[in-house]
Amino acid sequence: MTALGKLLRTTAFKLALAYLVVFATLSVVVLIYVSWHANALIAGQLNATVNAEITGLAEQYRQGGIRRLVAIVEERSNRSGGSIYLVTTMTGEVLAGNVSGLPDASLAEAGERELPYQRAGETAAAPYPAVVRVFVLPGGYRLLVGRDTEERERLSAVISNAVQWSLALVVVLGLAGGVFVAKRVLGRIDAMTETARTIMAGDLSGRLAVTGSDDEFDRLAQATNAMLDRINELMAGLKEVSDNIAHDLKTPLTRLRNRAETALRTASDEDEWQASVEQIIADADAMLGIFNALLLIARAESGGGRDQLVPVDLADIAESVAELYEPLAEERGARLTVNAPTPIRLLGSRELIGQAVANLIENALNYAAAAGGEVAVSATTDEDGARLVVADRGPGVPEADRARALERFVRLDSSRSRPGSGLGLALVAAVARLHGGTLTLEDNAPGLRAVLALPLTPAALPEPSTPALAPPRGARAV
Amino acid sequence: MTSSMKLLIVEDDREAAAYMVKALSEAGHVADHAADGAEGYEFATSGSYDVLVVDRMLPKLDGLSLIGRLRAEGATTPVLILSALGHVDDRVQGLRAGGDDYLTKPYAFAELLARVETLARRGQASAGDTVYRVADLEIDRLSHTCSRAGQEIVLQPREFRLLEYLMRNAGQVVTRTMLLENVWDYHFDPQTNVIDVHVSRLRSKIDKGFDKPLLHTVRGAGYLIRDGAR
Ligand SMILES: Nc1ncnc2c1ncn2[C@@H]1O[C@H](COP(=O)(O)OP(=O)(O)O)[C@@H](O)[C@H]1O
Ligand SMILES: [Mg+2]
Repeated sequence: MTALGKLLRTTAFKLALAYLVVFATLSVVVLIYVSWHANALIAGQLNATVNAEITGLAEQYRQGGIRRLVAIVEERSNRSGGSIYLVTTMTGEVLAGNVSGLPDASLAEAGERELPYQRAGETAAAPYPAVVRVFVLPGGYRLLVGRDTEERERLSAVISNAVQWSLALVVVLGLAGGVFVAKRVLGRIDAMTETARTIMAGDLSGRLAVTGSDDEFDRLAQATNAMLDRINELMAGLKEVSDNIAHDLKTPLTRLRNRAETALRTASDEDEWQASVEQIIADADAMLGIFNALLLIARAESGGGRDQLVPVDLADIAESVAELYEPLAEERGARLTVNAPTPIRLLGSRELIGQAVANLIENALNYAAAAGGEVAVSATTDEDGARLVVADRGPGVPEADRARALERFVRLDSSRSRPGSGLGLALVAAVARLHGGTLTLEDNAPGLRAVLALPLTPAALPEPSTPALAPPRGARAV
Repeated sequence: MTSSMKLLIVEDDREAAAYMVKALSEAGHVADHAADGAEGYEFATSGSYDVLVVDRMLPKLDGLSLIGRLRAEGATTPVLILSALGHVDDRVQGLRAGGDDYLTKPYAFAELLARVETLARRGQASAGDTVYRVADLEIDRLSHTCSRAGQEIVLQPREFRLLEYLMRNAGQVVTRTMLLENVWDYHFDPQTNVIDVHVSRLRSKIDKGFDKPLLHTVRGAGYLIRDGAR
């Protein structure tokens, strides 16, 4: 596209062109209106003058006949002015008057007409225009009275000139204005496009220029810049996560590979092969578990399934999951208690909240059960909403690490020796966010208190669809 | 164990399908393979199968539509949906479309086999009976009582449901995930062996002190309750 073509194609220019057409039409209409009225006015004046002359001459003719008329015409013809006169005989012989060079037969009949004429004695000059009246007098005499209309013609010419000039001016100014505006707009748009291109090419740090004029372009630039900031943020987050994932999946993958290699090198009989392959499958399953957890976190994080939330009973979830883990807790030498006295209805996913509670209990059993303590699960409500708390009496998490522990793949140094992938709390936090809630780690003095705070949904909710458990609820060891 | 079943596998991944057909035949079953939804529909309507295993994403006719069409025509053959989509609502969608069970890829073959066999037996299962019996072990589903050799055994409500599920599928391997799904109604996979602890508790109640164990662990697969004599 040529630069001109680009310019002509801009919205600004098209708009200018449209305005131009409107204004040109308008000015032409105004001038035509004015000239029409001016013409009418002048024509009226001409008529009035001629009529007055005729009335005067008719009076003279009535009093003194043709002779008197000729004398008067003779006299008036010598006056200067725009009036023209002529008196002839029937055969066309001029008796008096100040006109010559009339077209043939222009006196043949009575009536009003427009004619070109010449002043008597000025034969060389070009004829002037006039409007005349011809009378046929008794005896075949002809009387012509008229008035030069050159003035009128001149006015017409002036007006038509004005029309042309103003039209030309409107067009020229309009085009120039259009080009100017379009050029300005195009300049800024081009600058924006250029910046956008470099950003797209990979330089995400580029920003659109903001001139400070606070016009629409500035606002557009500001909004776009804000969007770029957000994209940058997300990209950074994404990069960090994918770096972490790549790094953290390397460990189990390396382990799996080593195991396969060892089996290949050293396994000598059927049993050893079998054991190795089973181990390898277990390793693969662990990796699949990591992927599943990551997918689940990603899905919850992106708000996927938020429209699938249904009325659930948080107390029931807490109880059923605690009940699921109770034998395991006992085996590990811990006492698992539940306090979920009343049903707590909220919009949620039983599956995801259940998984979250399971993760919290598993952590308590993994990191705190060795201390032989008690793991207390409770589900209660207060004015802020529902709270699901899993509290243990283990070593807890130092304050400085509490926020960090919620991130993906973060495992504190003290627990590296235990199995786990560092995704448990990240998943709980993602589930909390999906439900519009939060996960916070608190000091249980001693131990850890993981608090999953979920907003309660508005009162009038239908009964939860999950089947209630048979045993009665209450503070008790399950 | 279970008598031989005839299965239809509707799966567009030929390698996966071939593996499944082979593994199923090793387990004593016969499996046909259809490579797309349209072919699957043809096979399903012309042959009589005990269970259909249907992949969700299929060329020509997707899995859920295939199931919907079969169900609309009154077919009651149990269907196991196989899918790479494993999120909660994907499962709900699948079951709503008329699937009877849902298994996420990748799966352990033992899991697939156990589920397929359970589905195939669903028709004959004694879901309506009030009393389940395996050898001298007996539960009454109305009075929620359990006894072995005439001796009453006291079970917690959850232990009762666990035993009830195992006995409904007596002679059938059930996996840990099947137990978690059917007894606890959760579909996530716990990091630890929670189910094992529940089962061993149950086992200590029903098998301890009797010379013939009824509740067996099947290595690499799950659990099985059966009269060892058979
Ligand atoms: N109850 C707890 N007591 C002490 N430390 C805990 C507890 N729960 C979590 N942590 C710490 O937080 C880290 C992250 O936990 P999590 O996200 O569940 O991953 P994982 O359990 O796989 O390590 C753990 O590695 C552990 O160091
Ligand atoms: Mg954990």
